[in-house]
Amino acid sequence: MNERPHLAVVGAGPAGLAAALAAAGRGVRVTLIDSAAEAGGQFYRQTAAALGARRPQALHHQWRTWERLRDGLAVHIEAGRITHLTDHHVWFVERHDAPRGADGADGPGRVADGAGGFTAHALLGPEQEQPVAVRADAVLLATGGYEKVLPFPGWTLPGVVTAGGAQAMLKGGLVLPGRTAVVAGTGPLLMPVAAGLAAAGAKVAALVESADPRAFVRHARTLAAQPATSAAKLAEGAQYAAELARHRVRTLVHHTVVAAHGSGRLEAVTVAALDGDGRIRPGTERRIPCDSLAVGHGMLPHTDLAQALGCRLDGLNVAVDDEQRTDVPGVWAAGETTGIGGAVLSMAEGRIAGLSIAARLDSRTPDVRSYQAAAKARTGLREFFAALEAVYAPPAHWTEQITDDTVVCRCEEVPASAIREAVDELGAGDVRTVKLLTRAGMGWCQGRMCGPAVAGLAGCAPEPSRRPFARPVPLGVLARAGETDDQGNVTAY
Amino acid sequence: MVGAASALYAARAGLDVVLVDRGPVAGGTTGAGEGNVLVSDKEPGPELELALLSGRLWADVAAEPGVAKAIEYEVKGGVVVASGAAGLSALEGLAGRQRTAGVETVPVGPDELHDVEPHLAKGLAGGVLYPQDAQVMPTLAAAHLVRLARGAGTTLRTGRPVTEVLRTTDGAVRGVRTPQGDIHAPAVVNAAGTWGGELAALAGTSLPVLPRRGFVLVTEPLPPRTVRHKVYAADYVADVASDSAALQTSPVVEGTAAGPVLIGASRERVGFDRSFSLPVARALAAGATRLFPFLSKVRAMRGYLGFRPYMPDHLPAIGPDARVPGLFHACGHEGAGIGLATGTGHLIAQALTEKTPDLDLTLFRPDRFSEEGV
Repeated sequence: MNERPHLAVVGAGPAGLAAALAAAGRGVRVTLIDSAAEAGGQFYRQTAAALGARRPQALHHQWRTWERLRDGLAVHIEAGRITHLTDHHVWFVERHDAPRGADGADGPGRVADGAGGFTAHALLGPEQEQPVAVRADAVLLATGGYEKVLPFPGWTLPGVVTAGGAQAMLKGGLVLPGRTAVVAGTGPLLMPVAAGLAAAGAKVAALVESADPRAFVRHARTLAAQPATSAAKLAEGAQYAAELARHRVRTLVHHTVVAAHGSGRLEAVTVAALDGDGRIRPGTERRIPCDSLAVGHGMLPHTDLAQALGCRLDGLNVAVDDEQRTDVPGVWAAGETTGIGGAVLSMAEGRIAGLSIAARLDSRTPDVRSYQAAAKARTGLREFFAALEAVYAPPAHWTEQITDDTVVCRCEEVPASAIREAVDELGAGDVRTVKLLTRAGMGWCQGRMCGPAVAGLAGCAPEPSRRPFARPVPLGVLARAGETDDQGNVTAY
Repeated sequence: MVGAASALYAARAGLDVVLVDRGPVAGGTTGAGEGNVLVSDKEPGPELELALLSGRLWADVAAEPGVAKAIEYEVKGGVVVASGAAGLSALEGLAGRQRTAGVETVPVGPDELHDVEPHLAKGLAGGVLYPQDAQVMPTLAAAHLVRLARGAGTTLRTGRPVTEVLRTTDGAVRGVRTPQGDIHAPAVVNAAGTWGGELAALAGTSLPVLPRRGFVLVTEPLPPRTVRHKVYAADYVADVASDSAALQTSPVVEGTAAGPVLIGASRERVGFDRSFSLPVARALAAGATRLFPFLSKVRAMRGYLGFRPYMPDHLPAIGPDARVPGLFHACGHEGAGIGLATGTGHLIAQALTEKTPDLDLTLFRPDRFSEEGV
């Protein structure tokens, strides 16, 4: 009966780390499960140790915050309060309906949530074939987000990378995607990516942002309503702008990439100005030679594990209450999976979740005062990012630029013409039917890449697709998932 | 699928057809199916006769220009395998009865199984090959039958839920109401599949259609002809015929034109519960890897679920409803709706045009349950 309640945290980015530290600090045994080799997530992506970077902090903002998280994690691991499982890819979280049996049924925490606990099923190893099962009384989903990229003619050429991919290459491998780069798309990620590339020695020929400056004016009120938040973010933006100016990076606002050109690999891009309706302004096209194009259109939340657990979504995000609880008892969510908002918001949400979990597993109601500051930051940042999302939008008529032969789904090589045919001639009116008729989204990435593009071409709102497995899982593993036998193939922590 | 086929055959019979769906084409059970066009899983009787008729009609449709490729029509054949002697003798008994009813069957001895299907598990007792079993990609099949129907003059109205069946003062059907307006017609065909009971209720009558949930696992793409036939264990037939509400799984494994292998089949009556069930997925994976051990290293990419339109006597409702003049039913095919769609559409068109149907519709009568007090 002395066994401490056990929390499984999926994702070791800012949200997962903040939650793990908050819960472990209040007596919860935590298993932190993450697919990367080291903690940090996408934001604090670590330079591979073997590269021996002397000043990794030059690539990161808020380095001191990271040091605090990292050192806190080390202390808890040393004390045995947190187990950190690296290179573990969670493909499913199973919820057990019935109490776990005599030894566990009346243990701490189970009373609070009434559930029979959870099993997080993960795959380990370079081939992701070894099954690992983690039993827990509660689960925090901090699965983060992934990049949204909209297609354009030529986007499949070698040399075209995602903005986040370019940043990951810089942070993780200290390599540049090319010598002359163009950074394009929309969103707050573009400036740091352009600045990072320039600082690392690339010539950044242009930063092409499709957002309309007038939209900033429209949302100025909201953006300024949270003085602390906006001031910090404005300072951050000003710092990037100064870096870009120092490297003489040309910024083209309210512009978009019309096409990428090259035979075999990227040689140039054509960019053009947008008019008030978000269409290409004729005659403004210009060609910019470059050998790399980093493109991104914002972020989308990873919600597969939450959806398979039956958690309610709010739009594309996992819906949570003030304590970061989902509507499934025993399941919390924090960070980008509950709405895109960056590292600081993720940490605030993670901290609130961790404190809530520690209290609820101890059959207590969390003391709101214990996370007042985090809750205040959360409110401000959420409003701020909601306004940003309205400002940073792809051109309203971006689908008009997609030629019929543009490949939209890269995994299954589905061209735009096939999607248009499915809608115009075969009676599809939604993403699911387009997928079934064209195979768009059925390949290895399961539509994570092409989902928004297919929805745009089909003329319908993007909808969260149901993916029962967050990752492909060998049938032999699936056939035995959850067995706690003694054959050594399944490990339970 | 059944609605698409009914529209096609009715339009080709010279009728003026409006095809109405509350969602997109193939948005219900069709889009969640495997595309079975089977004779092997049916006992001799009215359903097998319908399956044989449908198989011939599928071959005719597939012979039209471009259709076979567009709908991924493939007469791949089915292989039913038995693991033990008792199962094999039951299977051989069934095959004998099916042969008498006109089904082609080829006994496969234990030594020959691997010539037919190279990656099957070792040690199986034997099996039967059914060369007439075929497969289509169900969503494409429905969409292209709709395309052909539109070519024959059918008007397609998607995204229009039927909110009311319009009737005259003496009770005869005179059309349907949708939020976008009324559609007038002297005859209405209920091809709402698993939701056929709801449509029947709107017409003031009843049809006991219940959802029977099924999961399908989809693997990563494999080289062509890794799994050559539709392969399933002999106990599948017993599961199909069962009335139990509890979960039943029996392995059904088949390749697809696009490369992935589809793994079924589970049956359970749990209403319209859409939540993903790991125990079901586990049972499907275990069954499939028992039949094909190499699959244990192959990855499941995704899974989907659907709701078969289950009828208490496992027979669809096809034909006019004697209780409501002008109302016809074409639903309740459980897991065989894709395969039986062409025959059903053909029979409905014959009923609508008051021709003598190719099959006796007595056992498919939609009002057969009301007499029994159901």
